[in-house]
Amino acid sequence: MYNFDFVKPSSVAEAVKALSDDEAQPLSGGQTLLPSMKQRLNAPGTLVSLTGIAELKGVKREGDTLVIGAATLHATVAKEAAAHYPALAELAGQIGDPAVRNRGTIGGSLANNDPSACYPAAVLASGATIVTSNREIAADDYFQGMFTTALEPGEIITAVRFPIPQKAAYAKFVQPASRFALTGAFVAQYADGVRVAITGASEGGVFRWSEGEAALSSNFSADALKGMSGEAEGMIGDLHGTPAYRAHLVGVMTRRAVSAAH
Amino acid sequence: MTKVTLTVNGKSMSGEAEGRTLLASFLRDTLGLTGTHIGCDTSQCGACVVHLDGKAVKSCTLLAMDADGGNVTTIEGMANADGSLNTIQQAFQDHHGLQCGFCTPGMVMSASALLAENPKPTESEIRHYLEGNICRCTGYHNIVKAVLAASGQDANVMAAE
Repeated sequence: MYNFDFVKPSSVAEAVKALSDDEAQPLSGGQTLLPSMKQRLNAPGTLVSLTGIAELKGVKREGDTLVIGAATLHATVAKEAAAHYPALAELAGQIGDPAVRNRGTIGGSLANNDPSACYPAAVLASGATIVTSNREIAADDYFQGMFTTALEPGEIITAVRFPIPQKAAYAKFVQPASRFALTGAFVAQYADGVRVAITGASEGGVFRWSEGEAALSSNFSADALKGMSGEAEGMIGDLHGTPAYRAHLVGVMTRRAVSAAH
Repeated sequence: MTKVTLTVNGKSMSGEAEGRTLLASFLRDTLGLTGTHIGCDTSQCGACVVHLDGKAVKSCTLLAMDADGGNVTTIEGMANADGSLNTIQQAFQDHHGLQCGFCTPGMVMSASALLAENPKPTESEIRHYLEGNICRCTGYHNIVKAVLAASGQDANVMAAE
């Protein structure tokens, strides 16, 4: 990879200041950014590490909301969210492998918005709020397509606020080589309805499956989705699966998530 | 170049690093600890696994400068104080848990992290935990046996091959 300057601030304010330089980019766990820099797909002039900022770390319950600091490790969420939002903890425990989970962070995953990443499904299905260095963004406005988000240059995620559902589950069809989701469905039931988010399937990145949500909001059971599947148009097609295969998996994985919801 | 200081296997060690210097390269090239291997260099194979502040991490996907001040354990720090193999290393030898040996440092470091978290893992938990460590000789069976044995369980409960 090309060389760069490295800075490690200890507060969000210092990090934001360091990121005001056009050539600077934030570095969280680096589990995606560093491999992409090795391939020279990315060459920042300065990397601003967010791993030394204590205020960005931790899992905290506030009433019916679970607040997770942006630099919290996947491994930490897998442990500490379990008592409050078990489906979210289970999702975090399925990302990558143990060593990746000891570096990768929720904020990094959401800022990158890989179309096959797991966290975007939980955030969108929970109707979570992304808290940044200067505002709050609703999940429905945050994800704007493959690797694209509402974040402005220099803006960093500081926390994610998850409303805790009555029942939820994540069902992931694992792409066995990368352990990313070939298709993953996150289902969350709230007093005012059911939300379903699908990752790994669409060329547009994570999306809400509105037909599934409508069916489940009137009858929260796998039977309510009998015979239903996604639309093949706009789905990802690659050597691991055709668009039609992924569209089929949308129905299958959502049914599995509903059956597993707790 | 910037000075990076780490506690490695209990000893304070320093060296110069660039921004882009990976922890794996810093350990091998600057500190001369070549037991940590670089296999794929893309964070998939796990040959470079070390412990940073008690957690297993892929040292090829971590900047040396980001680890500055940290406490690192590498394969060189695993043997007993008298130089004899520790329980996990001995179990790898007893159960022939290696063929070419390239992946072994990472396998031992991951196995050690697993047993610290889960002292009596099942066969399936061991296989699941070692997902991020690839053995291209495909000698997984004996590696899993070695980890079972290192945890004080009977490795013979596993099918022969």
